[in-house]
Amino acid sequence: MPADFSLLRADFPVLHQTLAGGRPLVYLDNAATTHKPRAVIDALSRFYERDNSNVHRGLHALSMRATDSYGAARARVAKFINAADPAEIIFTRGTTEGVNLVAQSWCAANLKPGDVVLLTEMEHHSNLVPWQLAAHRVGATLRFVPIVGDNAELGLDLDALDRLLTPQVKIFAFTHISNTLGVTNNVADLCARARRVGALTLVDAAQSAGHEPLDVRALGCDFLVFSGHKMAGPTGIGVLYGRRALLDTLPPWQGGGGMIANVDWQESTWKPAPERFEAGTPNVADAIGLHAAMDYLDTLGRPAIAAHDGTLASCAAVALAEIPGIRLLGPRPGSPRAGLVSFALKDAHAHDVVTFADQDGIALRGGHHCNQPLMRKLGLPSTVRASFYLYNTEAEIVTLAASLRRIQKFFGGA
Amino acid sequence: MSDFDDLYRDIILDHNRRPRNRRRLPTANRVVTADNPTCGDNCTVYLRVEGGRIAEISFEGSSCAISQASTSIMTSQLKGKTVAEAEAAFAKFKNVVTTGRAPEDEPEQAAFAGVHAFPARIKCATLGWHAALEALQQPDQPPPAS
Ligand SMILES: Cc1ncc(COP(=O)(O)O)c(C=O)c1O
Repeated sequence: MPADFSLLRADFPVLHQTLAGGRPLVYLDNAATTHKPRAVIDALSRFYERDNSNVHRGLHALSMRATDSYGAARARVAKFINAADPAEIIFTRGTTEGVNLVAQSWCAANLKPGDVVLLTEMEHHSNLVPWQLAAHRVGATLRFVPIVGDNAELGLDLDALDRLLTPQVKIFAFTHISNTLGVTNNVADLCARARRVGALTLVDAAQSAGHEPLDVRALGCDFLVFSGHKMAGPTGIGVLYGRRALLDTLPPWQGGGGMIANVDWQESTWKPAPERFEAGTPNVADAIGLHAAMDYLDTLGRPAIAAHDGTLASCAAVALAEIPGIRLLGPRPGSPRAGLVSFALKDAHAHDVVTFADQDGIALRGGHHCNQPLMRKLGLPSTVRASFYLYNTEAEIVTLAASLRRIQKFFGGA
Repeated sequence: MSDFDDLYRDIILDHNRRPRNRRRLPTANRVVTADNPTCGDNCTVYLRVEGGRIAEISFEGSSCAISQASTSIMTSQLKGKTVAEAEAAFAKFKNVVTTGRAPEDEPEQAAFAGVHAFPARIKCATLGWHAALEALQQPDQPPPAS
């Protein structure tokens, strides 16, 4: 483990600013998006200053360089998640686009009336709404693995999962880490249960890819999606992993240049994956930026990052649990948790908490976290979320706890 | 005064802690729920409109201090008003929260002048107003089932 994660703050230019009132920035909104190290920003500038060109089409020097770099980024992603073959890596705009791609392409070819798409009650809207669109189109049914446990210790109901996993279930899509609860699901176990009834699996790794090691072959998933911007990479780039044998059976979801083998007036034929699913000029620069981000994370070591983020979140949960009138969601304070803490204060609405904390230089997220049905089930209109990344420190948790105590007093009128 | 203190004036904090007219209105003949999709908040406004005037008004819902207080104050301001008067009051209020200019004749509305420094919160301040104005445009309905 690196001796001192706080030394890494020097790598992130955005952290070195003071906000109104001379307050340092305490950025605790990393589950929404993370900051970018100098290495990523430099990789982007370097591409635009030196290599900028379109890929695949040109035979000139710059186009060859750009094509090589884009291919190297794809190979780097394959290595990052231990995929067997770079052709299993499709670049997307992000997690949301990856789910939409599978929901449209795979469902169009495979989903029939009466089939079931199984999701869980803790899915982000981006792993829910695309399936609603696809299922409604063909007359398939959506079912949900419920969440059980009291508010302080919520998790998927695995007995219910086994009851719900009938032969009608054709695909089971679920999140690795809940962005609202901080709960981590046992991906390998869930995939194994799905496999027993012949269902495919899609894993939403948006909240895990930048925090902990991922090995798609050990997990045994069929598809896995994540976003570059939540793992120190640029916005506008993400990844869909799909097993090669599966991808080759899927129809394109968008048509255009780059994805065709041969085009005639009435009919065309497609290239194999990954090109089949990347119509049009791809996001070359941000793929290269993502490459730099993966290198940065692996220099630190993802196990060390996971330990750092998890320790901070656990410390935060323990510190916040002492604030009068607070209700913490997710794992019990003291139990292991992913790098975020979601909570509600008795006398202060999430919006007011976020506005108040912002005056203290603290960036939090307040709202339904793109989890409206889950929040309704929990009986909460909204929560506040503090989420941690490799540059956060224990001192920032002290600042957060002090601010929250003042907020509770301010709105409670005590 | 900081932007923050200007946003959360005492009158707003007071209405947040002790909202006026916060209840269901069994005799209502107009009910509208407005949602703030960015945060999941909602506000239900109940009206009893009689002879073109707001005879009774109340609200329910979970929302932030800005939204609770503005809706609470709105209910006290709109009682007894005609549709045209209510629309004029909202136009005035919208002007306060978007420009930050405080009307001298309306101390309760003036308390919301600080909202304009927080553009993301303007929606919170107008949530209840939007529900009430929409309700005024509706035909009479049977009272809500109890
Ligand atoms: C669990 C989860 N899934 C999906 C997403 C969507 O990611 P993106 O907006 O980058 O597509 C997010 C982030 O907002 C998330 O937290």
